[in-house]
Amino acid sequence: MTKTITDVICPFCGTLCDDLEVVVSDDGKKLLEVYNACVIGTEKFLHSQSKDRVTRPRLHQPDGTWKEISYDEAAEYTAQMLAKAKKPLMYGWSSTNCEAQSVGNEIAEISRACCDNTAAVCHGTTLIAVQDIGLPTCTLGEVKNRADRIIFWGCNPAHAHPRHMSRYSIFPRGFFTGKGQMSRKMIVVDPRVTDTAKMADVHLQIEQGRDYELLNALRVALNNEWLPDSVAGIPKEKIREAAEMMKSGRFGIIFFGMGVTQSLSKNHNIDEAIALTVHLNEFTKYSIMPMRGHYNVTGSGEVFAWQFGFPYSIDLSRGFARYNPGDTSSIDLLVRGEIDAMFTIGSDPGAHFPISAVKPIANMPSVCIDPHQTPTSGVSKLHVPVSFNGVETGGNCYRMDNVPIDCRKVVEPPEGMLSDEQFLIKVRDRLKQLKGAA
Amino acid sequence: MAAINLNLISGRSIQQGVAIEGGKEKPAYRTAAGIIELDPSDLKRLGAWKNTNVKVTSPHGSVIVKAMETSQGPHPGIGFIPMGPWANSIVDPNTYSTGMPTFKGTPVTVEVAINEPVLLGIELVQKQCGVK
Ligand code: SF4
Repeated sequence: MTKTITDVICPFCGTLCDDLEVVVSDDGKKLLEVYNACVIGTEKFLHSQSKDRVTRPRLHQPDGTWKEISYDEAAEYTAQMLAKAKKPLMYGWSSTNCEAQSVGNEIAEISRACCDNTAAVCHGTTLIAVQDIGLPTCTLGEVKNRADRIIFWGCNPAHAHPRHMSRYSIFPRGFFTGKGQMSRKMIVVDPRVTDTAKMADVHLQIEQGRDYELLNALRVALNNEWLPDSVAGIPKEKIREAAEMMKSGRFGIIFFGMGVTQSLSKNHNIDEAIALTVHLNEFTKYSIMPMRGHYNVTGSGEVFAWQFGFPYSIDLSRGFARYNPGDTSSIDLLVRGEIDAMFTIGSDPGAHFPISAVKPIANMPSVCIDPHQTPTSGVSKLHVPVSFNGVETGGNCYRMDNVPIDCRKVVEPPEGMLSDEQFLIKVRDRLKQLKGAA
Repeated sequence: MAAINLNLISGRSIQQGVAIEGGKEKPAYRTAAGIIELDPSDLKRLGAWKNTNVKVTSPHGSVIVKAMETSQGPHPGIGFIPMGPWANSIVDPNTYSTGMPTFKGTPVTVEVAINEPVLLGIELVQKQCGVK
C-alpha cells in the first residue's frame, strides 16, 4: 500500500509551490511519485532517493580520497575550526529552514564570524536598494487576484521559476482577474528573446546593462516629456507604447531578477525600478517584487534581520554586528584573503562564486554541509551530508513575497542521518564548551 | 582560426536547474551548464559547427565549453553560459562595493578548441583550485 501526502511545499525555488502531492510507501521510507511539481522540483524530490547518496561525514585526505567519520567527530572538527579561526565566514543558509538558521546564528555570534547568505550572488543589491528607498510590494495572492499588468524585468521565470506564471502571475483566474491571461498584459524586458519573452505582449529587447536608462526613459514617457529616438536600443515609440500599457492597468506589478541585480549599476538599477513603481502609483496601483531564487533565501534574510539587524553580509568579528556590503560581503572578503576558515551550509559557493573567490576556500580549513556532492564539497576539507530540508525534515521557510510557510517532511532520511539543525546543535554545544561561553 | 568578441551573460536555465538537483558530479550537469549559447550569426562568424568545443577567454580566466545554437535568440553579440562553474571561471568578480560580482556583461573572446575536453563541474573547480 502507498500513502499520498497532499499540500506539500516544494523546496527548490522562491515560488514555494504548496500544492504538491507526494506518494510514499506505507512505512514512509520510500518516496515513489511526485505530482504537480515542475521538472526541477520533481527532480529534487526524486533524487533524494538516489542509491549513490553520501550518507556519512567524510574528511578529505591529502591523496584526494575521503575518509568516513562519525557525526560526532564531524561536529568536533567544525567546532575546533570555528574556535581557532580569527575571522571565519559562515555562508549559505538558503536551502535550509529558519530553525537551523537561528542555531547557526548563535554559532556565528560565539565564534565572531562573518555571516552571509546567497543574496550575495542574487538579490543582495536589491536589499541595498530597499534600505535606500523602500519597497512598495504585495503578496503573490494579490498578484493572482488583482494584477492585470505584469512586467518581468531581467528575469526568465519560464526557466528559473517554472510555475510562477501558472500559479500566480499570468495564467491563473483570480477574484478580479477571472479571464486569466486574457485579462492580463505582459511586458518582458530582456536582452535575449527568452522563453518568457516569447509569450509577452511587448518584449523590450534591451541592450545588456542599459536597465537604468530604460527605466528612466519609461518615467519620462509617463510624463509625456521629450525622449531621444532610442534609449537602450529601444525606439522611443515602443517605450511610449510600453509606458501607456503600464499605466492603463488597474493593478500592475514589476517582477525583477538577476538581469537587474547583476549588471553594472546594480543597486542603482533597482533604485530606479522602485522609483518607477512609485511614479506609476500616480496613475494607478503598482507593486514591485524581487524574484527570489533559492527557496529559503528570503527566510535567511529575515532571520539575520531579527537576530543581527541586517539581512546579509554581516560581520560579527568585533563582537557586534557590522554591515557594509563591499567590505563585509563574502566575495570581497574571500578575494581580499581576509577569511581564515570557511563554513558552508545549504548552498554551493564553489559552483556559484567567481573562481577567484573559490580558490581561497580550497586553501583554508573548510566544512561543507550539503546533502549533495558539489564543487564546494569537492574543495572542502570536511563534507557533512545531511537530510534534505523540505523532503526529509520540515520547518519554516519564506516565499519570495515574504510569506512564511511551514514545509513538510514527507519521507524518512536514510538511517542515521542528521538534519542541518541537529548537526548545528551539536556544533553549538561543543563550541560553547571550547569557548567557555554560557 | 577565427576568434570573435562577445558580451557574456550568465543565468539560469531549466536544464541547469534539473541538473543541479540530479547531481553535480554527473555528466548531465556538464551537458546542461558546460555550454555557451550563441546566436546563429555569431556561430557563422566563428566558423564553427554546432556542438563544437570552444575556448572562452575573458580578462578573468578561460574555460572550455561546448558552443550551441541558442534557442532563446536572436541575440547577436551576446554569449550565454548557464550559471555554474564554467561561467564562473571567466565572469568579472568585481563587486564595485556592493558585494555582488558582475555576472552579466563580461567581454569575452571565443575561439574553436575542437580537441580540448569540457571538464565535469566538480573536476573543473578542483583543478582550478589545485585540489586535484
Ligand atoms: S516552480 Fe519552483 S517551487 Fe514550484 S515546483 Fe517548480 S521549483 Fe518547485
